[in-house]
Amino acid sequence: MDALIAALYAIPILGIVFELGGYLIATLPAISPLIIQAATPLTLGAMCGVLCERSGVVNIGIEGIMLASAFTGWVVGVIVAPILGGDASAFFGITPALLVAVAAAVLVALLISLLHAWLSITIRADQIISGTIINIAAFGVTGYLNTLIAAGSPTSAGNFVPFHPPSELVNLPVVGWLLDAFLSQGPIAMSMIVIVIVLQVLLFRSRWGLRTRAVGEHPKAAETVGINVIRLRYRNVILSGIFAGLAGAYLSMEATNSFQAGMTVGRGFIALAALIIGRWTPVGAFLAALLFATSDALGQAIVISAPGGALGDVVNAIPAQFYNALPYLVTIVVLAGLIGRSIPPAADGQPYQREAAT
Amino acid sequence: MSGSETGPRGSRRLGRWISVLALPAISIGLAIIVGAILILVSELAIPNRAFNLGLPLDAYSSLFVGALGSPAAIVQTLVFTAPLLLAGLSVGIGFRAGLFNIGALGQFLVGALGACWVGLALRDAPPLVAFPAALVAGAAGGFLFGFVPGFLKAQSGAHEVVTTIMLNYVGIYVLAAAVSGPLRAPGSPNPITQDVANAGLPIVIGPNGHLGLVIALAAAFGVAWLLYRTTLGFEIRTVGANPEAARYAGMRPRYLIILTMSLSGMLAGLAGAGQLLGVNHQLNAAYSTTVGFDGIAVALLGRSNPIGIVFASLLFGAMRAGAGLMQIKAQIPPELVDVLQATILLFLVASPVIRRLFHLRGAGEMVDSPTITATYGGGPEVAAH
Repeated sequence: MDALIAALYAIPILGIVFELGGYLIATLPAISPLIIQAATPLTLGAMCGVLCERSGVVNIGIEGIMLASAFTGWVVGVIVAPILGGDASAFFGITPALLVAVAAAVLVALLISLLHAWLSITIRADQIISGTIINIAAFGVTGYLNTLIAAGSPTSAGNFVPFHPPSELVNLPVVGWLLDAFLSQGPIAMSMIVIVIVLQVLLFRSRWGLRTRAVGEHPKAAETVGINVIRLRYRNVILSGIFAGLAGAYLSMEATNSFQAGMTVGRGFIALAALIIGRWTPVGAFLAALLFATSDALGQAIVISAPGGALGDVVNAIPAQFYNALPYLVTIVVLAGLIGRSIPPAADGQPYQREAAT
Repeated sequence: MSGSETGPRGSRRLGRWISVLALPAISIGLAIIVGAILILVSELAIPNRAFNLGLPLDAYSSLFVGALGSPAAIVQTLVFTAPLLLAGLSVGIGFRAGLFNIGALGQFLVGALGACWVGLALRDAPPLVAFPAALVAGAAGGFLFGFVPGFLKAQSGAHEVVTTIMLNYVGIYVLAAAVSGPLRAPGSPNPITQDVANAGLPIVIGPNGHLGLVIALAAAFGVAWLLYRTTLGFEIRTVGANPEAARYAGMRPRYLIILTMSLSGMLAGLAGAGQLLGVNHQLNAAYSTTVGFDGIAVALLGRSNPIGIVFASLLFGAMRAGAGLMQIKAQIPPELVDVLQATILLFLVASPVIRRLFHLRGAGEMVDSPTITATYGGGPEVAAH
């Protein structure tokens, strides 16, 4: 077997492809928990987008909502941690302070979503401009307050810790690494998977889902069968904030334990791309997010432990920044390749105006 | 506009200008109040020092002095205005064609990189050869970085909002890779380039008012001429206002999308080139700018009109120029400027409410161009092909 692999690797030029395959097979299981972690904020952000756009409202403010939630969660944690106190429990490292902080992060996300709903549904403003305002404002307000707060070098409320699955499970042959990937996660990453499945089922198998899709595809027809388009859109856009809020909370309370200005670094926008590539379905968006997360994690893995042999020479010849740019490049390429076959809800982005009842 | 005109015609024109300017003026006024509230609330919530009720006043007065308080400050404001003006034109010309270019950041960086690359190669050449060549290289870099999302949109319908944002990050890393690798100054311990020397833009006014100011203003007139005095400009505006009508009239939406995005990128690239050759003179690996997103605010406040964009960029340029003094004198983080910008835009977008509150009539729509969201996710004009 080893001799066969060595022979394959020795083939000129083509050998590199085999080496790449070998490297991927060896590396991917090891970094699979990292992939799920990287996919978590992207997927949650995309769930926010799915709910909005299926109801006919474009939301490019996901980035800003995530940023505002990440900041709020961190700040509220800093404030309430000394008051509530208490040691981290063994279970996910949950403390009362962290729970309050997550609730605050989600609350802020709901409020910003309410603003977006008001601007796009009632004011009938251009929804992309509304989203842009949210992004600029979130960047400005969080950066402003963070500079002031960081001057006092506050103590963070800590962060959620991943679950440790029993080693018998992880060491199972073939499926062990998959179990490891999904179970070695903190509470938000784990709930992300549940959210994706529940949303998928609700959207395509429930009365609410049918109505939501009707409002996104043909609001006038929906109105004639007695669906209150405005109210349903409001409800869905506001509720979608929960997911963006959780995505933000994940960044400052599970992936790290602090806030940095602009820490979302475009994840809200990659979430949008994931939504489009996933054809506006929760599971599709999750799979697309996995694709970006994989390229992200692989880019980091290559920098940390470069492969050997001829492949290593190629990898080392490419500047490290290329691997940083990899998820963004993959997004562009996949988006350009797939979009022709990816059709948005028909009324996506169109404000709804009820016919005048005269 | 002109005080010399009298009679009913003159006063009617004056009335029209007042109604056009009332909404932005009210939005700016309300944003200043919101900023003041933010300062006071953050002062109460984060007690870093003794509470000072006059802090908003201190902040705004140092902002004002820093922006317009002396001839040098005014030149500094102009220096901050030049890239904002070009970026605002970049976003504005896109809006006119119904395109939303959020990629001005990446195009700016690639423009700065292109200008730096050629500038370094020609740093010992005669200035009159070196700086025009470097400027052209910067504009070409931006053009290319605008062409890509334009081409992708026309070809496959990939929405420019997503692709241009992705290209922003690509631009950041391309620049970092170039500065860490081929452009790195020989023997330098840090990823930083040499000074562009002779390729630097000549100073035309004050201590640091470089030629880029003139170029930016000329670009505003150039874009105005293109949009309102040429057939191409008419086609761009038509495809933005009504893609269906444009196609029936025999225009080519795909070609116009690619061309407009490329021109838009070129303007942002020129902003980067001007900033590099006129102000920074060298690149480091972390070189970046707020100009990309500021350009969106400028274009919206200027209602995608080149003349409006000139005034909007002056306002935001003054705020950016004064933010430094505001931080030193009143210890106010410069991000306050972002908050002010977002709030101004918020009130502009919520114009129906503002109009009702202030009894304004006929102030016109905020964005004269059609809703940008209409082309989201492929768009009818591309899908129909």
